[in-house]
Amino acid sequence: MSSDFWIILTACLMSAACGLLGCFLILRKMALIGDAISHAVLPGIAIAFLLSGTRDSLAMMIGATALGLLAVFLIQWLQNSGIQSDASIGIIFTALFAIGVIIISLNARNIDLDLDCVLFGEIAYVQWDTWTANGIDMGPRSVWMLGSALLIILLLLALFYKQFKISAFDPAMAVACGIPVMLFHYLLMGMVSMTSVASFESVGAILVVGMLIIPASTAYLLTDRLGRMLMYSVLTGVVSSIIGYYTAYVLNASIAGSIVTVAGILFGIAFVFSPKHGVLIRRLRQRRSQGTAIAE
Amino acid sequence: MWNTIGALILDPNVRWIIVGCMLLGLSSGVIGSFMVLRKQSLIGDALAHAALPGICIAFMLSGVKSTGGFFIGALVAGVLATFGIRWITQYSRIKQDAAMGIILSFFFGVGVLLLTHIQHSGDGGQSGLDKYLFGQAASMMQSDVYVLAGISLLMIVICVALFRLFKLISFDPGFAKGMGLPVAFLEQLLLLLTVIIVVAGIQAVGVVLMSALLITPAIAARFWTDRLHIMVMVSGIFGALSGLIGTLWSGMVSQLPTGPVTVLAATVFFAISALCAPRRGWLAKLWSRKQTKDQWQRQGGISHE
Repeated sequence: MSSDFWIILTACLMSAACGLLGCFLILRKMALIGDAISHAVLPGIAIAFLLSGTRDSLAMMIGATALGLLAVFLIQWLQNSGIQSDASIGIIFTALFAIGVIIISLNARNIDLDLDCVLFGEIAYVQWDTWTANGIDMGPRSVWMLGSALLIILLLLALFYKQFKISAFDPAMAVACGIPVMLFHYLLMGMVSMTSVASFESVGAILVVGMLIIPASTAYLLTDRLGRMLMYSVLTGVVSSIIGYYTAYVLNASIAGSIVTVAGILFGIAFVFSPKHGVLIRRLRQRRSQGTAIAE
Repeated sequence: MWNTIGALILDPNVRWIIVGCMLLGLSSGVIGSFMVLRKQSLIGDALAHAALPGICIAFMLSGVKSTGGFFIGALVAGVLATFGIRWITQYSRIKQDAAMGIILSFFFGVGVLLLTHIQHSGDGGQSGLDKYLFGQAASMMQSDVYVLAGISLLMIVICVALFRLFKLISFDPGFAKGMGLPVAFLEQLLLLLTVIIVVAGIQAVGVVLMSALLITPAIAARFWTDRLHIMVMVSGIFGALSGLIGTLWSGMVSQLPTGPVTVLAATVFFAISALCAPRRGWLAKLWSRKQTKDQWQRQGGISHE
């Protein structure tokens, strides 16, 4: 199969997974927790890599996901002890990221993990990093990792759609309904960590944040219904992946960077032209209501 | 160990770097206190990421790596980013945290796009441009330290001169407005100072970790006092000490980057403060709870009559 196909497939899987989770992050006003998690998984990746010596262990996925959850837990703990929420996010993720960078730089000889690669990812190489089972080439490993992450997300969201929806919009009511809100909170955070780990090699730690937040925000400007928001978010992510890939090809530049850039431009278009919440329609509405006020 | 530290301090090159990092820690601690009190801690993170495209465009326009050019590019990008965040929150229903995330990752995405475009186009002068991402204090030269020292001094002078005004807009912007102060202008000025210090610090500690220097010392200082001028001073001292420890330690161990060690030192200051600070610290709270309990029991405890 051609390399274009695999790269676009990886990008689409990544943006679909991020797009779904991002909607819930935006609705729960936790956009920056996603930022924190995607940085905080770095020491987990480094430690697991150091211990197991390979990149494709399940242990790495689990270890790093656990570290993401630890970060969420620590942030929550600091918040409960009276520190502002954004400051506690800032303290925890920078500390964990610093530990990760130190582990990687001290073991630079033993770890075949390039810092640049961790931050920006190198999606262009996905098709050479294949997964072999029983001696048969099963295709790129990233596709498998992101595919299974997406499958888990879809499964959990389908099973507990109502619970996630109520806890996103009205946590107090969710508690009153007997929904274990904390459990769903950590479930969501666990999924975000898992997705960050699965996609860090292809798009890097910082650009995962972009794919978590930007398409979901675009969708948030386009609709008021959660189901449609999820759909639009995934769609925007996939469209930015495809356009971003070809833009990167033309410019001879990083694919991950150009995907996020395209996503940002799509957000800008929605910001101005959205038929529901765009700047233009707001102006028009304002003018019209002014007009009627004068006419009356 | 003390011998190596002594040797490091005597080395004139290292001494410059130490001075630079300490000044950086000092001034970001001072500015950070105001940002933390104004509940805008993470704006530093957004600004640091936003600087990348500015640096790249400055390089593309000038074709050389000059600290001055990068500084101006990053400054312009940072100011644009603050406007972007404000527009998004003002003209749509997107909240501030999401707006910050959007601007941060979009600017960074554009930056990565430009950076890789420059790298792939094979211009020999671009090597080392990516050093700006992780920060390499060891690459600071004497002229860089002069620039950093000048900026830090300017910051501190402005903060001292406008201390009362900054204090007012940090605690009660509504009242400040009522008094007829130019609140919007002062807020923009504070933001501009943050942009300047972030841009100056990127070279030493890197894009990702710059925000820690703004947040962590300030929150650590908050544990020790309720008075703003003491908090600002303590925060500055914590920042400067973190810079000192970071530089010394990374100088002693090979391959240890300066930025992360500085950040970890700041985190240790935070942990110590959160544990041991009088009154607000964790231990002090435990102690006072125990005292209250004992007193209650001495008085006879709960009676079940």
